[in-house]
Amino acid sequence: MWLLQQADAVAALPEIVLAVLTLALLMLGVFRKGDPSDTVTLGALIALGITALLVIFAADHQDTAFHGALMVDTFARVMKVLALFGSAAALALSVSFMKRDGSQRFEYPVLILLAALGMMLMISANSLIALYMGLELQSLSLYVLAAINRDSARASEAGLKYFVLGALSSGMLLYGASLIYGFTGTTGFPGIAAYLTNSGADLGAIFGLVFVIAGLAFKISAVPFHMWTPDVYEGAPTPVTAFFAAAPKVAAMALITRTMMAPFGAIYPAWGQIIIFVSIASMSLGAFAAIGQTNIKRLLAYSSIANMGYALVGLAAGTQEGVQGVVVYMIIYMIMTLGSFACILSMRRKGHMVEEIADLAGLSRNNKGLAFVFAILMFSMAGIPPLAGFFAKYFVFLAAVKAGLYALAVIGVVTSVVGAYYYLRIVKIMYFDEPKEAFEPMDGEVKLIAYASGAFTIAFVLPWIASPVIAVAAAAARSFY
Amino acid sequence: MNWPILSVITFLPLLGVLFILLVRGDDETALRNMRWGAFWTTLVTFLVSLLIWAGFDSNASGFQFLEERSWLGAAATYKLGVDGISMPFVILTTFLMPICILASWRVTKRVKEYMIAFLVLETLMIGVFCSLDIVLFYLFFEAGLIPMFLIIGIWGGPRRVYASFKFFLYTLLGSVLMLLAIIYMYWTSGTTDIIQLLAHPGFTPEAQKWLWLAFFASFAVKMPMWPVHTWLPDAHVEAPTAGSVILAAILLKMGGYGFLRFSLPMFPDASLYFQDFVFFLSVIAIVYTSLVALMQEDMKKLIAYSSVAHMGFVTMGIFALNRQGIDGAMFQMISHGLVSGALFLCVGVVYDRMHTREIAAYGGLVNNMPLYACIFMVFTMANVGLPGTSGFIGEFLSLMGAFKAAGWVAFFATTGVILSAAYALWLYRRVVFGKLTKPALMRLPDVTPRELATLLPLVILTIFFGVYPAPILNVFGPAVESIIKPLNEAAAAALLLADASLK
Repeated sequence: MWLLQQADAVAALPEIVLAVLTLALLMLGVFRKGDPSDTVTLGALIALGITALLVIFAADHQDTAFHGALMVDTFARVMKVLALFGSAAALALSVSFMKRDGSQRFEYPVLILLAALGMMLMISANSLIALYMGLELQSLSLYVLAAINRDSARASEAGLKYFVLGALSSGMLLYGASLIYGFTGTTGFPGIAAYLTNSGADLGAIFGLVFVIAGLAFKISAVPFHMWTPDVYEGAPTPVTAFFAAAPKVAAMALITRTMMAPFGAIYPAWGQIIIFVSIASMSLGAFAAIGQTNIKRLLAYSSIANMGYALVGLAAGTQEGVQGVVVYMIIYMIMTLGSFACILSMRRKGHMVEEIADLAGLSRNNKGLAFVFAILMFSMAGIPPLAGFFAKYFVFLAAVKAGLYALAVIGVVTSVVGAYYYLRIVKIMYFDEPKEAFEPMDGEVKLIAYASGAFTIAFVLPWIASPVIAVAAAAARSFY
Repeated sequence: MNWPILSVITFLPLLGVLFILLVRGDDETALRNMRWGAFWTTLVTFLVSLLIWAGFDSNASGFQFLEERSWLGAAATYKLGVDGISMPFVILTTFLMPICILASWRVTKRVKEYMIAFLVLETLMIGVFCSLDIVLFYLFFEAGLIPMFLIIGIWGGPRRVYASFKFFLYTLLGSVLMLLAIIYMYWTSGTTDIIQLLAHPGFTPEAQKWLWLAFFASFAVKMPMWPVHTWLPDAHVEAPTAGSVILAAILLKMGGYGFLRFSLPMFPDASLYFQDFVFFLSVIAIVYTSLVALMQEDMKKLIAYSSVAHMGFVTMGIFALNRQGIDGAMFQMISHGLVSGALFLCVGVVYDRMHTREIAAYGGLVNNMPLYACIFMVFTMANVGLPGTSGFIGEFLSLMGAFKAAGWVAFFATTGVILSAAYALWLYRRVVFGKLTKPALMRLPDVTPRELATLLPLVILTIFFGVYPAPILNVFGPAVESIIKPLNEAAAAALLLADASLK
């Protein structure tokens, strides 16, 4: 403890614990005889659990670590718990899949832990350096995860594509960060905020801001930096895709929210319009491009692009309600996404994964439970009440209308109707079409996650679930005010 | 009454869902248990809902049976209550549900899901009429799309997929704009409570216009009004019989209910401003869709178009913005709920026997189905608006209101009455009268006791309310009066403004 205090690292205790446990598991994996992957996976789940508990039970006040490089506030804690939960769920989803595939490796859980560590740093980042460090730690782990199945050409292609485009975006981000540093004279968020409040938005800083936004938009796969998403989602092994779609999205959204609200809060008009544009573009492209998809993973890739657009609607408002909307949106989005991917992981015939939407035909006759959960999740994604997805959209539009962004709100709801079309198409195929051959029985943990996600989606409307979630989001949003 | 009666009847059908979920197996006994379970649930719900009617104070203008609980913090509360406008719709819904379940006795395809979909739909429909919070209202209003989408899509006719998508997307597009208007109202007035919004609407005339249009987008599609009515014939034709009944009798009424609950009292200036616009659309709906109905070859389609025409009378009556017009519109909605529902049931009776809805496939049914011919005639006459049936009162009152508001509207709308006589009687002649020549029709049995049980209550009510409409008119009288008040004030203010600008 004394050592931590000397290094000004007390607030970063969960991160340090996670890092130590990760390295210990890596050692265990390397030096243990036989196949250590089961032990390491179990250890990784425990490590994520311990870290989450440390985050939850940390002292409830705003704190910084490493001399202001990391910020630990309610917003950070909420998003960290969410990201850790998403990582753990994605890891759990992969166990049976990897076993059956014969591709289980102890590196896989270790990489997920490293990515989770990167996410925690991203969420807490309070300076441009910390931001970049967290982002790269997470991204590099993700590049490797995308290509973890070395023998698959598709997966290798996905990993390579992700890496090349990701490196490009990191470059842009760094370029922007250097410009901001050059014009404001500091890399710390409070320093940048103070400079911008005093001297207003100068051109150089705005220039840098645009590049930083471009780099961050890539990480949340917002249009026009979305091109990698469908290919990577399709190419990567399905549990890895589930991981990509859930936790890293939460972390990146938290990062972009903090970066906009904290250091650049004073020049909202400068970044507000960019976020509005990116949001509209993501919602529209996500809705229209998904219509023609036949592969369910590609379809969910476009769906996640559109979902990021909706989350950005909250950020575009640039208000406390807006941040609250973003947090509510990400909580609900992550749970729905994990559930959807659990459903996709159950699409297995004769020992092989099938990924075409048409393969779902008549699922409601063969597997009523799975079809019902999937249908609920699709209706929820479409934003139909009383399901959770409706409330997610409700809270972001609440913020947008209050901020007077009527055009954005109208475009948002109209694209949600377009989006409803392709979600309905999945329901139609499952419920209206004639059944095909049944899928193999679901694995226990996949079933658990799918059903839990479906139950959450339906039960969210009850005050006992909705109220705490909204209260937590409101507390998180107060961090910036 | 100190128990939450409205919550009870709203969520009672979900208990039935639970029961049906617990029934195991696919054999005949299980199916019978499911059917009876659904039937008893709806019947008990209906009986409990009668307590509302019994305990309802029809002299009070405010909301009764209020319930309130916290839900989403400031952004929405769980608040229920009924007044003279919503109460009749609640009873109509609970009354028609057991009939619908009875009418679906012969459904053999996926009975479990079918009954569950209908019970869930009942909960959502009752919720729409009971909610006193706009977000809660929106929740129920929209959620109804899911079960209806499945009902049309799974148990519908050959073009069911097209019809279900059209129904869903059309209504969704209308509704999402209303959601934004609801959010705007929340931020402007600081509350989502309908009672408070009714007491102090206080939106600027400019804002009112936009809000009115957003609500109009939703309700006009739901109603449906010309030119956004095109989803209705498709949905009606493809839906199973009970689905058509629910669609025509209750879902369409949500549009009219919305106008009366939100558009008129909350945006009085805008309602006045858009009055002529609605009149114009209503007249086109009445005349044009009646003509279209004349040319239909499909019985269900004909009735669907006739529904659009009758809903034209409703919108015309509502936007007459006077007591007679709104009374007429309300009565017309209740009556149409009984009559159009019954007409779809009548079509269902012959469809179950012949599996075709082509008018040309029938003829001369009076010879071997006299009872059927008799029942069908009552509803045909009610559809035409013959005095002595409930259809007459509504049409007459709304025409009277329209005449008071604008003579030309009443003139054109009255031609609709003639046209409705033309298409309805012609349909009746082609199906029921004439020689019984088609061999397939020769051995059709008359209505079974089960079918009679579904149709007879409707026959009785149609004639009873045609002769003695007071029980319904008295219920919504005070509520209509309180809708009129802000409208008259707005009209007076507009007049004052016009005078001032002249001087």
